[in-house]
Amino acid sequence: MAELFQLQIISPNRIFYDGQVSMVEMNTGEGEIGVYARHLPVTTTLEPGIVKIHEESGIREAAVHAGFVVILQDKVTLMAEVAEWPEEIDVNRAEEARIRAERRLNAHEPNLDVARAELALRRSLTRIELSKHR
Amino acid sequence: MASMRDIQRRKSSIQSTGQITKAMKLVSTVKLQKAKSRAEHTRPYSDAMYATVSEMLSKSSNIDHPYLRKGSSDKKAVIVITSNRGLAGGYNTNITKLLTNGSIPKEEIQVYAIGRKGKEILARRGYEIHADYSDVINEPMYQDAKEIGKTVLEAFTNGEIGEIYLAYTSFKNTVSHEPKLIKLLPIEVEERKETTERQVPMNYEPDEEEVLDVIIPKYVCSLIYGGLIESVASENGARMQAMDSATSNAEEMIADLSLKYNRARQGSITQELTEIIAGANAIN
Repeated sequence: MAELFQLQIISPNRIFYDGQVSMVEMNTGEGEIGVYARHLPVTTTLEPGIVKIHEESGIREAAVHAGFVVILQDKVTLMAEVAEWPEEIDVNRAEEARIRAERRLNAHEPNLDVARAELALRRSLTRIELSKHR
Repeated sequence: MASMRDIQRRKSSIQSTGQITKAMKLVSTVKLQKAKSRAEHTRPYSDAMYATVSEMLSKSSNIDHPYLRKGSSDKKAVIVITSNRGLAGGYNTNITKLLTNGSIPKEEIQVYAIGRKGKEILARRGYEIHADYSDVINEPMYQDAKEIGKTVLEAFTNGEIGEIYLAYTSFKNTVSHEPKLIKLLPIEVEERKETTERQVPMNYEPDEEEVLDVIIPKYVCSLIYGGLIESVASENGARMQAMDSATSNAEEMIADLSLKYNRARQGSITQELTEIIAGANAIN
């Protein structure tokens, strides 16, 4: 059994998760990473994606959009602006958001905020994917 | 001595005022409970954010980043959080006093108002109201704080403003709230707290500057959000206290007036009796 460490996921409205885990996987600005205990201390940014929390009893998944993560040797803190469990996701809304974002991207309007539309698309895709896992 | 009817009229008017203030007190008590629990849920995020940022900056004192430097402009943006409604005692004036009695000259201030009352007071005093987000205070969400944060940060990076301040009421407990004026940007070097030295240095991916680019806007937004949530709790706390004292004042006045009314009634009865007896004596 891998060594356990403390994982905290904090969002503006609540402490989303706080517990002992053996590993956590997440999508950072540098790509997907998995973190075990005694990791090198790193601070990095988070991209919209699914966070996989490896607890002793099994794996839990959550959607996290935008934020950053502080990795210390014995503790990992995820500061997430939005964090959701699969059962909290409204699939219909996410599906609508996906269609809206795709339309915006395909419309090729001159003053379109591409980065924002892409981010919206990725958020909705993350939600849709996670909702399939419940 | 006032007539019985005058006293009675005044008494019933105070009685209805007392009923209103009592109802308002109950409403704000309920709202306070809600706002208080929200404030408690928000605090871990703000605290963790503050700890991360101050630790980051204390470890890497030689970073040169636009967010850590004072902008070239003399203008200072002040985000002023007050309420949309009055009858909350000194709640709104305490906040505006931070500016009117503060050390920043009036000409340099651009007010980003959240809350109608504060906006009105400052506009009357001749402050420049740059933006108004008064609807936000009714039901503050993180999204709102993010939008406001984005606007001020854009103005900061464009060089329109040189510094960003936040005026809000910090909620300590139900009876004690403290108006505060804090500097959001640039983050001051003197204020960086030396945290306990860790053996292993922190690494930043991809590099410090890019991480700061992401984290500092979030830091600003989290402070604005925390300010909003705490201000709402303080507003309801202040209103509860104000209405509580108004209700007890009304009760005191009613007791006083009842005494006067009874005295006047007794006086008129006595007078009538004397008149009747005097009349009867005259017939005999």
